[in-house]
Amino acid sequence: MKKYKIEVDCANCAAKMEDATKKVAGVKDATVAFMAQKMSVEFEDGADEAEVMKNVLKACKKVEPDCEIFM
Amino acid sequence: MTKKQKKVLRRIIISAVLLVAIAVTFTVLEKTGTVDFENPSIMWRCIEIVAYLIPYLIIGYDILKKAFLGIIHGEVFDENFLMAIATVGAMVLGEYKEASAVMLFYQIGELFQSYAVGKSRKNITALMDIRPDYANIEKDGKLEQVDPDDVQIGTVIVVQPGEKVPIDGKVVEGSSSLNTSALTGESVPREVHVGDEIISGCVNLTGLIKIETSKEFGESTVSKILDLVENSSMKKSRSENFITRFAKYYTPAVCIAALALAVLPPLVNIIMGNPAAWSKWIIRALTTLVISCPCALVISIPLSFFGGIGGASAKGILVKGSNYLEALSYTKYVVCDKTGTLTKGVFQVTEIHPVSGMSEADLLEKAALVESYSNHPISKSLKEAYGKDIDNNRVVDAKEISGHGVSAVVDGHEVAAGNVKLMKHMNIEAAVPTSVGTEIHVAVDGKYAGYILISDVVKPNAKEAIRGLKEAGVSKVVMLTGDAKKVADAVGSELGVDEVRSELLPGDKVDEVEKLIAAKGEKEKLAFVGDGINDAPVLSRADIGIAMGALGSDAAIEAADIVLMDDDPAKISTAMKISKKTLRIVHQNIVFALVIKFACLALGAVGFVNMWWAIFADVGVMILAVLNATRALSFKE
Repeated sequence: MKKYKIEVDCANCAAKMEDATKKVAGVKDATVAFMAQKMSVEFEDGADEAEVMKNVLKACKKVEPDCEIFM
Repeated sequence: MTKKQKKVLRRIIISAVLLVAIAVTFTVLEKTGTVDFENPSIMWRCIEIVAYLIPYLIIGYDILKKAFLGIIHGEVFDENFLMAIATVGAMVLGEYKEASAVMLFYQIGELFQSYAVGKSRKNITALMDIRPDYANIEKDGKLEQVDPDDVQIGTVIVVQPGEKVPIDGKVVEGSSSLNTSALTGESVPREVHVGDEIISGCVNLTGLIKIETSKEFGESTVSKILDLVENSSMKKSRSENFITRFAKYYTPAVCIAALALAVLPPLVNIIMGNPAAWSKWIIRALTTLVISCPCALVISIPLSFFGGIGGASAKGILVKGSNYLEALSYTKYVVCDKTGTLTKGVFQVTEIHPVSGMSEADLLEKAALVESYSNHPISKSLKEAYGKDIDNNRVVDAKEISGHGVSAVVDGHEVAAGNVKLMKHMNIEAAVPTSVGTEIHVAVDGKYAGYILISDVVKPNAKEAIRGLKEAGVSKVVMLTGDAKKVADAVGSELGVDEVRSELLPGDKVDEVEKLIAAKGEKEKLAFVGDGINDAPVLSRADIGIAMGALGSDAAIEAADIVLMDDDPAKISTAMKISKKTLRIVHQNIVFALVIKFACLALGAVGFVNMWWAIFADVGVMILAVLNATRALSFKE
């Protein structure tokens, strides 16, 4: 499980990011905490974390263009 | 304010000024009869549209863009979509002023929300302002500031007055007093001297001290606590999950309802042979959309929990997740460990009963001296109560009589001290104590001299703590202990606990908790309170595991759901009160937002609510809900 600092403006957007992240291949589970501005991602075994996170960012940008994930 | 917020604020001001200027200009033009806006010429209509489009686009371009992107990506039903559809629709129907105003107020609401959230976040981080930025290392007589992460175990670091202790360790030089309030909520400074273990996160108040580090920064108390607080919002409460699920169905449902409202009545009109009145019904449908925006709920509920958790941490109560804060409100059973939780866990001389002709001090001195060679905890308590240094030359020929006590020659007198069995063995008749505790009978030169009682001392506020729990709605307080039944029952009745289970082995405690869990109702929660020593399995088995005084005990911090940083049992009821207050705010917000929204929706559908009311129902409700939510942050006893 890895934690990332994020920047997102509204709670609903954070929920959307969470949903989007969970659907990315290689992600086992994900939680986005709007208040803490943090995202924790649990990866599937053997997943390339950097590669997966690239796709996570892409998926999140799709649902919330303003968001940012610091890696 | 952040850069982003300032930018939005500028846009709000510009478009508000423009909007007012345009509205005033057109009103003047109409009043003076220059233009008839009821039936304007094509040119004036175009001027009017373009004029209102300017403030509308300044304030709303990003919403329109997001809504558009959302539709492309298949994320149709969100608040951007609601706002875009409602305002574009209003524009098309000639409600230019209203359309711009809706967008303007929506943005004001969003700005307010992001400001309020940012402010709460900052408040909470300030409460938890314990993160040390550097550690001082002495090099060639000069202090050098280094990143605490780079400090190896066993390094000697220097902490100057006013600085935070960055890493856990042991004082090797100097003495000082430490402010632990950020960790424990306790305002009285703690004195430390050479040899004392100290934990990171305290602030050094008076003297310069040198500390030999015993842990890495990442493993130090301060890092653990910050980690715990920052991750607490990852575990979501039932209320939060409810709202997320609710929003998922609610928004599409409202959109469909609005569509039906826009289309069905005109169709019915057409079938009945009446004029269709399309624009009237479409405006009503758009009003519905504006009212229905779920922001008030979606934002205020996590904000309330975050505030509650922050308020609790300011009191030295670390809650590991919103779900635990929520569960605390439903706690009906509290199971307490006795030693270390309700009692101090240190044995002290509580009563001294010499026979007549002997003073209390004399009896204590004899007992302390005869026991001075023993390492037994009892002898430690005696020495502590005696308080003076013991001159070993006064004691000769000390003998330990296993299971009975000790005997020695003290100042030339034959002194024996031990339990009743020892007295019986020596054919001396001992007095029968009236109070409970460990008895030490003393005989001098074969004659009974009196007895001393040693017992675990009940914490001064333990009784109050139990009463506080009852007041907070706990129906049963159970005390578990490995102690003898007689001692346990005495403590239990003194404190006012409902049930005492005594003479338990550590493994039995889990069984007792299992039994209680099986017997309780589905919705009732059981909390276990322990000092974290040997009770990690029970802590994790209970619905809510509360570890107290757990600073420094890693196992307890891991296993517990709530960590009390000091060992004050009264904090449990404080935590429950914070939990109840937070939930009250959450429920207020849910009910308030839903009642206003549904009332406005119903009135809007039949045409009693215009666009202006709709804006209040959305933005106004959201602002009120957020303001209410920020109350969770502050808690006064």
